[in-house]
Amino acid sequence: MTIATERTVASERTVHPMSGVLNPVIMRLTLRAALNRKRALLFAVPAVILIGISALLKWKAHSSVWPPEFLGVVGFLILALTALIVGGSVIGAEVEDGSIMHLLATPVSRRSVVLSKYVVAVALTIAFAVVPEYLAGAIATGPTSKLTIGLLIGALAGAVVYNALFVMLTAVFSPTRALAFGLLYILVWEGLLASLIPGVGLLSVEHYSLAITNSIAHNSALDAHITLGTGIGMGIAVSIVTLVLAVVRMSAFSIKGDVA
Amino acid sequence: MTGVNTSMGIELRGVSRWYGNVVAVNDITMTIGPGVTGLLGPNGAGKTTIMHMIAGFLAPSRGEVTVAGRSSWRNPDMFRQVALVPERDSVYAFLTGKEFVAATARLHRLPDPDGAAKRAIELLEMAEAQDRRISTYSKGMRQRIKVAAAIVHDPEYVLLDEPFNGMDPRQRLHMMDLLHTQGQQGRVIVFSSHILEEVERLSGIIQVIVGGRLAASGDFRAIRRLMTNRPHVFLLSSSDNRALGSALIGRPAVSAVELTQHGLQVRASDYGTFTREIASISRDHGIRLTQVRPADESLESVFTYLLAS
Repeated sequence: MTIATERTVASERTVHPMSGVLNPVIMRLTLRAALNRKRALLFAVPAVILIGISALLKWKAHSSVWPPEFLGVVGFLILALTALIVGGSVIGAEVEDGSIMHLLATPVSRRSVVLSKYVVAVALTIAFAVVPEYLAGAIATGPTSKLTIGLLIGALAGAVVYNALFVMLTAVFSPTRALAFGLLYILVWEGLLASLIPGVGLLSVEHYSLAITNSIAHNSALDAHITLGTGIGMGIAVSIVTLVLAVVRMSAFSIKGDVA
Repeated sequence: MTGVNTSMGIELRGVSRWYGNVVAVNDITMTIGPGVTGLLGPNGAGKTTIMHMIAGFLAPSRGEVTVAGRSSWRNPDMFRQVALVPERDSVYAFLTGKEFVAATARLHRLPDPDGAAKRAIELLEMAEAQDRRISTYSKGMRQRIKVAAAIVHDPEYVLLDEPFNGMDPRQRLHMMDLLHTQGQQGRVIVFSSHILEEVERLSGIIQVIVGGRLAASGDFRAIRRLMTNRPHVFLLSSSDNRALGSALIGRPAVSAVELTQHGLQVRASDYGTFTREIASISRDHGIRLTQVRPADESLESVFTYLLAS
């Protein structure tokens, strides 16, 4: 038997309505690949620490000052780092080990590859950082407090924008460089410069998240000095621009470092 | 032939590819039609770079690569007709063989992905291991499951980068038979190899790549003759190297003789005549021959000769 006998069948390919946007096969493969790697265990560690410290503070610290300060700063830092590891790995890890070739050597559009992987990265970040942030908020101030709801919505927005940014970095740079640039962005740009230099916060995902959270929680510890409209508008713009850039780069995907 | 339309073939026109100052592929023009074509060359010759350019994973720095008449760069749609089996041993090792091939069939949106996967797996004789995770496979098995996944959509063009790496002799023969059959059915099968015997056994047409350039192209037998007829260097040891050297330098089949500390180095311009004559010459001169060893039988030296000729 040869495969050629089935040629007529193979040429009648089915077309799905969502064929140009999200690909369920790529999403499943990406999810299994992400959860299969040993580093998947690392995803859960910061979340456990966040919830653990929140429980400890709730038990020991008798003031209402710590929840917005701790969850606004540490919680959103954990969100950013989780998004960096997850968003950086959905494409980066496969580029690094070469398995991305099996996806790209099919007629699936590169846009579909990028967006399918991006959606999985957002979902994983929600599971490993946004939900723990909500749980920590619930421990600190109750499951329906304005702070908890504000943190949940702000973190959701952050998961969406951070992942777009970090998926783009791995599509443009080598996985190692993308990780380095991502860390510099989180620690230096957002952690240091955004609080020192006026205007830098306009390009800080953390500030967009804080603006959304603060619009619900109304707490001075969460004030990022940008308006809700600016935060949402910039978040949408950054997400769209970075995802378009990622798709453009993946459309011209080249195998690097090969001089053989 | 089964009505496979590969009349356009694969074309490289004046293709070069460089990385900074390093030229990996230098001004190659070739046409690859239906049947099995071997890209032969030593490691680092540029075969993989050529494969990647044909598959659209690298843009040529200069020139154009077309598959079925369309540029392969930025053209993922061509994978409806094209299959690529990369050399790198990188597959989703957490999947079973069956899951991997079926997932590829689904990415191609085949109407019956499980049926297509089953046929491809059987074709590659991987049915027994299909329910095991790929992480438990040997290198040869991984290679075969990669081929099964690559050809699950019954492509007209199949590109295989060093497909026989890691295979045992039986698997190798089976893969050769498979590729041969696919080629006879009118498909364009291109494979790269640095092993002369693999190419000799499988491929009627070869493209010899050396140092990023096309060193020889065409029917394997003609190139094999060219390889055989090139000047050969032998290292000889005998009871009297000096006397043997002076006897040999007078023969038309010998172009140079040099006494070295390892023995007598002889450059034969006519391989066949020299190997026939050497025993009788030494006997006629009363010299006892203790060693006749080819000094330049490495593939690299053959390639270097082809490049220079």
